[in-house]
Amino acid sequence: MQANSALEPHGGVETFNYRVVRQFSIMTVVWGIVGMLVGVIIAAQMAWPELNFGPYFHFGRLRPLHTNAVIFAFGGCALFATSYYVVQRTCGVRLISDKLAAFTFWGWQLVIVAAAITLPLGYTSGKEYAELEWPIDILITVVWLSYAYVFFGTIARRTQKHIYVANWFYGAFILAVALLHVVNSMAIPAGAWKSYSAYAGAVDAMVQWWYGHNAVGFFLTAAFLGMMYYFVPKQAGRPVYSYRLSVVHFWALVFTYMWAGPHHLHYTALPDWTQSVGMAFSIILLAPSWGGMINGIMTLSGAWHKLRTDPILKFMITALSFYGMSTFEGPMMSIKTVNALSHYTDWTIGHVHSGALGWVAMISIGSIYYLIPRLFGREKMYSTKLIDVHFMMATIGVVLYIAAMWMAGITQGQMWRQTNMDGTLTHAFIDSVKATYPYYYVRVLGGALYLGGMFLMAYNMARTIMQGKAFDAPVPAVSQHAHA
Amino acid sequence: MDINILREILTVAGLTCFIGIALWAYGKPASQRFDEAAMQPINDDDLPHEQAGSKQ
Repeated sequence: MQANSALEPHGGVETFNYRVVRQFSIMTVVWGIVGMLVGVIIAAQMAWPELNFGPYFHFGRLRPLHTNAVIFAFGGCALFATSYYVVQRTCGVRLISDKLAAFTFWGWQLVIVAAAITLPLGYTSGKEYAELEWPIDILITVVWLSYAYVFFGTIARRTQKHIYVANWFYGAFILAVALLHVVNSMAIPAGAWKSYSAYAGAVDAMVQWWYGHNAVGFFLTAAFLGMMYYFVPKQAGRPVYSYRLSVVHFWALVFTYMWAGPHHLHYTALPDWTQSVGMAFSIILLAPSWGGMINGIMTLSGAWHKLRTDPILKFMITALSFYGMSTFEGPMMSIKTVNALSHYTDWTIGHVHSGALGWVAMISIGSIYYLIPRLFGREKMYSTKLIDVHFMMATIGVVLYIAAMWMAGITQGQMWRQTNMDGTLTHAFIDSVKATYPYYYVRVLGGALYLGGMFLMAYNMARTIMQGKAFDAPVPAVSQHAHA
Repeated sequence: MDINILREILTVAGLTCFIGIALWAYGKPASQRFDEAAMQPINDDDLPHEQAGSKQ
């Protein structure tokens, strides 16, 4: 083992790098609140359009800020925190480089702050979920390559024989996101804050949604499955239900996700056969997605009683249930005839949030609740009761949100396609907007409940941190003796 | 050579590769490795035992 005396506060015993995990964990909660607050604001702007102030506080500028904040700031920090924790614990070694790990933390925060400044100012490349302009894109690339080095470098130094399955998912996420980001962000700069995509027309659209859907597949699915494969077994105290299934569904996901992007471009200028391929692969995706869901939930078999008393486990299992629901809904919506009804309606927004609030956020919240006490030398969070309240608020919030958007979306889709005997449209567009208002109010309520839960989490986290103190666990001696 | 031949080869290779992985995963030799790997995080005790901040 390498010797670095500065890293050995426990009488010569090497410790894990929990510092970077602590930093990312705390920022997960902070950015979660910021991103979801912006979400509630733009939901309110849809319900009460008078709330659209000036150019900087307008829905069009705040919406990309919301998506970037929740996906890359909240979700990103959660993934950095958990992947650094999981890779160290399952490999039995400290991160390969503390300096580079710290660089990924500060670099990533800089990206987020730059996004929060440039997006309201209107600097955007106009690509959904890839709006940031080229100087920030370059910074993202540098941070991401450092992340890849720290993660894979740590795996290379492992003292454990096997690379635990969670690391496979995290590894696929890191590699795929590097590829997606670099290819989709290819652009010709035209000034410091302006660029033009390197692609044109239908090819540009296809590259964008190849990126967009695989951001869902590898950022919001594979990576969070990695989280699931470590934290669900740990919290349940049982090994994963079927390790074999985890290996098979991992490779099935990797082989099929890359083809599913065209379902975002049904009935557009994209060639029809490409749309059909996208649809076919999206339907195939149901199998590996449900493989993961079943594997996670069945990990609890024989320990179901724990769900009664453990709100952290409730978060995780509810997350998996939402994952199962939204990965059923997704393939269904990718079928062209269903898509003809659902596309461009609020059903899509409902689907996304069933995945984002239900799956991604809940599995992250559960995992962060697992981590915080361990990072601050405590056995559990300050208040288990508050976690339970948070769980109830979050669950009711998601259900209100997605039920409202389902109803809004189907209403819109039906109104838009309805024609009179002479072939003219029955409803003007504004009629569908008016019909949607009641659901927009319910969405604000659901979002506000979910955001309220995040404030409880922040309070609970602050109290836990005040009770404990920063703690770096020693690298267990056993794992150092276990062969490589 | 037609680029579509390459694309077809790649697609078939991908499928073959996946079937190979599935067969390997369901084979006997892999199952023992899987059991070991699955138990690693469970056997790794990551709970701090001396609570920080509480003075007993």
